[in-house]
Amino acid sequence: MKFIRNLTIGQYIYQDSIIHKLDPRVKILLSISLIITIFLVKSWSGFFIIGIYLFTNIFLAKVNPKFVLRGIKPLLMIIILTLLIHFFITPGEVIYRIWILNITLEGIQRGTFIAIRLFLLILSTSWLTLTTSPISLTDGIEKILSFLKIFKIPAHEIAMMMTIALRFIPTLMEETEKIIKAQIARGADFESGNFIKRIQNFLPIIIPLFINAFHRADELAIAMEARCYRGGEGRTHYRTLLINNTDYVFIIITMLVLVVSCVQGI
Amino acid sequence: MFIHLKDVSYTYNLNMPFETVALKSINLKINKGEFIGVIGHTGCGKTTLLQLLNGLLEPTEGKVLVDNIDIHQNKQKLREVRKKIGLAFQYPENQFFEETIAKEIAFGPKNMGIAGEELEQRIKKGIEMVGLDYYAYKDRSPFSLSGGEMRRIAIASILAIDPEILILDEPTASLDPQSCSKLLSVITDLYLKYQRTVIMVSHNMEIIAELAKRIVVMEKGGIVMDDTPKNIFQHSLRKLESIGLSLPPVTHTMYELKKIGKPVSSAILTVEEAKDEILKLIRKRERNEIY
Repeated sequence: MKFIRNLTIGQYIYQDSIIHKLDPRVKILLSISLIITIFLVKSWSGFFIIGIYLFTNIFLAKVNPKFVLRGIKPLLMIIILTLLIHFFITPGEVIYRIWILNITLEGIQRGTFIAIRLFLLILSTSWLTLTTSPISLTDGIEKILSFLKIFKIPAHEIAMMMTIALRFIPTLMEETEKIIKAQIARGADFESGNFIKRIQNFLPIIIPLFINAFHRADELAIAMEARCYRGGEGRTHYRTLLINNTDYVFIIITMLVLVVSCVQGI
Repeated sequence: MFIHLKDVSYTYNLNMPFETVALKSINLKINKGEFIGVIGHTGCGKTTLLQLLNGLLEPTEGKVLVDNIDIHQNKQKLREVRKKIGLAFQYPENQFFEETIAKEIAFGPKNMGIAGEELEQRIKKGIEMVGLDYYAYKDRSPFSLSGGEMRRIAIASILAIDPEILILDEPTASLDPQSCSKLLSVITDLYLKYQRTVIMVSHNMEIIAELAKRIVVMEKGGIVMDDTPKNIFQHSLRKLESIGLSLPPVTHTMYELKKIGKPVSSAILTVEEAKDEILKLIRKRERNEIY
């Protein structure tokens, strides 16, 4: 039960801040460029600049940094694993020996470098989801993808599917928790037993969850049809996206940061 | 004494931006053989209270004692408690996952380590306790049943664990009147015929007034009243209304009669009692004692 509650990736926290008010298209495109830049950066100072930029962003968004860092927790194991693997497998100057494993200076440098890269990647994606509501996120994606309509790719339908999927994540999580509790009340044990036994133990959760999800999907489809939903053609939006001066300033600052951090160390 | 909640508080999402206090220092003693009705407005903490009672939630403050032992002492104790205290959530039929009703009901007792002949006996008894025929139902799919039957089978799956206390969260929610009255007679049987302690949450005052022997009224995470149905519905009308709860329809009718000057008692909880009281009134009129 507890693992569900700790999952903060993809969670939106409402605050009245400049960052929250930015156009979602701008935020989406900028975090994509941010992610690309993080892969391109070759120097520590580049990471340092991006780090400062991201933390300033989070500060401006008025989101509690403790909460942002908590989102990294579930991925901490992956970061530590990468760190350790790099410690041992990178050839170079040996500085410490454990049994047959050599820790090299280059390994420590490389490992830390990659770990910071992963950390910044997580930070830049959770920055986006923490400050953008799922609805405006999909609105933004729809607008960004709308050029695909020329190639007969249904951008609206894709965005609608994403909206629905995002909308149902909390509902399904709540339901999972309820089903888990109900089965625990019936004596189910999800914490002991070997691997195969544990997987079998999940059937009493997954089957009811699927049955309920299908019911829900059916009801939703009927409700949408009852309101004459017929896809994206000729459909207007209640909230129209507008790019204003704040957005332009933000774009310019971000682009500067990205270029500078890339140029560092070349 | 059986269950004892001692200064229990519960907060959801503790230390998170969406922290919400669900229960504030609750003190409650539940004895063996009681029939307790829990009422309160939506979001007053009823469901949280039920989950604390069988150890699904651990109180953020305070202790839950069963027979004077803290149930969160260790895992062993917790499993024992769950054997003794059965909990049926709202819409318990949403947890079905097996191919046949017999297998579905077997899930609980099997988890409690029961097998073979006894397991079959438990399944049989469970189905019979909810007023259905074992042989007609055991091989059917639980998903082929009507809403009312599903609900009863779901409750049977809890009863097969053979709990001493049965906790029911809104057992009659969204059932048609006929299934509802069938289910209520099943619950009455559990209390009278099978001598189980029953704790039931409901929004339906009529049901609570008719079945419960003790009523716990909750508001904003606290217990505001804890008394017999007669006392609560007779003396605390104003308070109930201020919480946003209503009287059972019959009690309300008697109140209105009293208000327009008819000499009737308002301590009436069931249709049967109301009938007697009104008949008395008519006879008095026939004897020209009143107008």
